[in-house]
Amino acid sequence: MKRGILEIHDLRKHYRLRRTRLLKKPGSIKALNGVSLSISKGESFGLVGESGCGKSTTAYTIVGLLKPTEGRILFKGDDVTSLKRNQKREFRKKVQLIFQDTSGSLNPRGTVEWILREPLRAMGMQKREIKELILESMNLVGLDKDLLGRFPHELSGGQKQRVGIMNALILNPEVVIADEPISSLDVSIQAQILNLMNDLQERLSLTYLFISHDLNVVHYFCDRIAVMYLGEIVELSESEELYRSPLHPYTQSLLSAIPGETGHKLERIILEGDAPSPLNPPTGCFFHPRCFRRMAICSSVKPQMTEVTKDHFVSCHLY
Amino acid sequence: MNKRRINLWIGIVLISILLLMMIVSLFYTPFPVTEINRLERFEPPSMRHLLGTDNFGRDVLSRIMKGSQTAFFVGLVAVSIGSVFGVLIGAISGYFGGIVDEIIMRIVDAMMAFPSILLALMFVSVFGVGLRNTIIAIGIMSIPSFARITRSGFVQHKELDYVKNAKIKGVSNLRIMFRHILPNVLSPIVVAASMGFANAVLAEAALSYLGLGIQPPNPSWGRMLSESQVFITVSPWYAIAPGVLITLLVLGFNFLGDGIRDIRENR
Repeated sequence: MKRGILEIHDLRKHYRLRRTRLLKKPGSIKALNGVSLSISKGESFGLVGESGCGKSTTAYTIVGLLKPTEGRILFKGDDVTSLKRNQKREFRKKVQLIFQDTSGSLNPRGTVEWILREPLRAMGMQKREIKELILESMNLVGLDKDLLGRFPHELSGGQKQRVGIMNALILNPEVVIADEPISSLDVSIQAQILNLMNDLQERLSLTYLFISHDLNVVHYFCDRIAVMYLGEIVELSESEELYRSPLHPYTQSLLSAIPGETGHKLERIILEGDAPSPLNPPTGCFFHPRCFRRMAICSSVKPQMTEVTKDHFVSCHLY
Repeated sequence: MNKRRINLWIGIVLISILLLMMIVSLFYTPFPVTEINRLERFEPPSMRHLLGTDNFGRDVLSRIMKGSQTAFFVGLVAVSIGSVFGVLIGAISGYFGGIVDEIIMRIVDAMMAFPSILLALMFVSVFGVGLRNTIIAIGIMSIPSFARITRSGFVQHKELDYVKNAKIKGVSNLRIMFRHILPNVLSPIVVAASMGFANAVLAEAALSYLGLGIQPPNPSWGRMLSESQVFITVSPWYAIAPGVLITLLVLGFNFLGDGIRDIRENR
C-alpha cells in the first residue's frame, strides 16, 4: 500500500465487560478486530457494512473519542495515539467528524452562531476573526446568515446537516470523516448534501472517509470502498471494480440486495441468520456461519487479505 | 387559564405576597418588633393589633413581618450554598465517572441515609447556635439532593453527540461541563432549588423551634411557634399566625417547583 494521508494499522477495539464471576475472566466485546486501511490525499474512501459491524467505532477511534486497544493510527506518518497535548490539538484541527444525527450533535441550547464559535474559541481565535470566518463559511455551505441566531430545533433537516458540515469544516481540516451523514435525511435532501460535500471536496481539497450502510450512495460518492464485517475489513477495492465484480460472498450478498439495475447479474442472495455476536465471534472466517459458499477450511482457518487483481483485496479462502 | 399553569401561578402569587410583606418590613412595621408592653399581653386580634400580641405584649404582625426576612434570607443563602456545591460535585461526579464518581456518590448516599435534621442538629451543637451556623447547616444538608440531580443529568448528557462534538473540537472539559452540558440539564436543578427553598424554610423553623436556630430577640417563625405553644390555650392566634405563614411559604415554593417542572416537561 502506498503512503496515505491517514493510515490505520491493525486497529483493535475491545470493550471489557463487567466481571460477573469471581474466578472467571470477564468477557469482552470485540468491536474492531484488526482494521487496516490507507487513505490517500484527496480521495473519498467509503466504508460500508451492516449496523453494529464497527463502522462508527472506527470513526470514533480515529478522531480520538475512543482509545484503541491495539493498533496505530497515522496521520501524515505521525502516530496520533501517542501525541502530546498540544500536538493533539493540531491533529484535532486536521481531522474532523460529521455526525450522523444532526439534531443530537448540535447543542440544543446554543444558537447556530454559538455552536460555530465554540471550536474557533477553543483554538484561541480572536472575536473579530471568528465573526468573519463564520460569515464566510455560511456562504460556502449555502446558508443564509439570518440563520445564525436560530436554535437547532428551529432549522430544517437539510439546514441542520449543512450546519453540521460547516461545524466540521470550520477548523479547516484536511480529513473529514462522515459518519452516515445523509442517512437521517429525506431522500430529496440527501442528493443536495452529497453534491455539497463533493463541491466542498474540490474547493477545499478535502479527503473523505465516508461511512455508510448504503452501497449505492458509497458507489456514487467514493473512489475506493472497504466492506466491513464484524470488526474486520473483508474486501477493499476501487469503487467501480467492487460494484462490477465483487469477490467476497458477503459483498456479493450486499450488492444483490440493491433493488433495480445494479450493473451485474446476481441472483438475490439471502443470508441465513443474523450477524454473530461480537461477544463471541465464530472461529475461522467470521462470515462462515452465514456464507453460502463455505468450505471445510472456513470454520477453522482465518483467511488472509490477498490481492486478487490489482488493487482489489479480499480476505476469503475462495481466492 | 391553562390548567397546567395553575400550579405555577398559585406559587408565584403566594411567594409574591410574602415577598412583598418582607420588603415592606424592611422599611415599616406597625410596631417596633422588640418593644415590650406589659399592659397589652395576650391581646386577641383587634384593629390596633391585627394579629394580637404575645406574652410580652409585642405586636405579632410586626414580628411575623420581621420573621419573613429571616425565612427568605435563610432560604436564599442555604439554597445557594446547597446548589453551588451540589452542582459542582454532581457535575464532576457525573462527567468524569469511574472511581471518582463511585467515591463521591457513596459519600452522598451516606449523607442522604442520615436524617438531615439530625445532621443539622449535630452541626449546630458542635459549631454553636446562631443565624450563620443555621444557614450553613441547612445548606450542607441540601447538597446531596442537588448533587444527585446534577449527576444524573450529566451522566445522561455526556454520551450525547453534541458533547462528543465539543470534545473533538478541542473544547476544554471545564467549558464542556459548564457551558455545554449545564444549560441543558438546568431545569430539574431549578425545580430542586425551589423545593429546596421550601425545605430550608422548614428546617430553619424546626431548628429554631428546638431553640437551636435563630436566637431571641430576633423574630423567627419557628421560634415564635415554639414560644407560643405554652400559651396555646390562652391565646391560640399567637400560635396560628406563624404556623400559617410557614405553611404558605412552603406551599408557595412547592407549587412554584411543580409549576416549573410541568412547563419544562411539557415542551
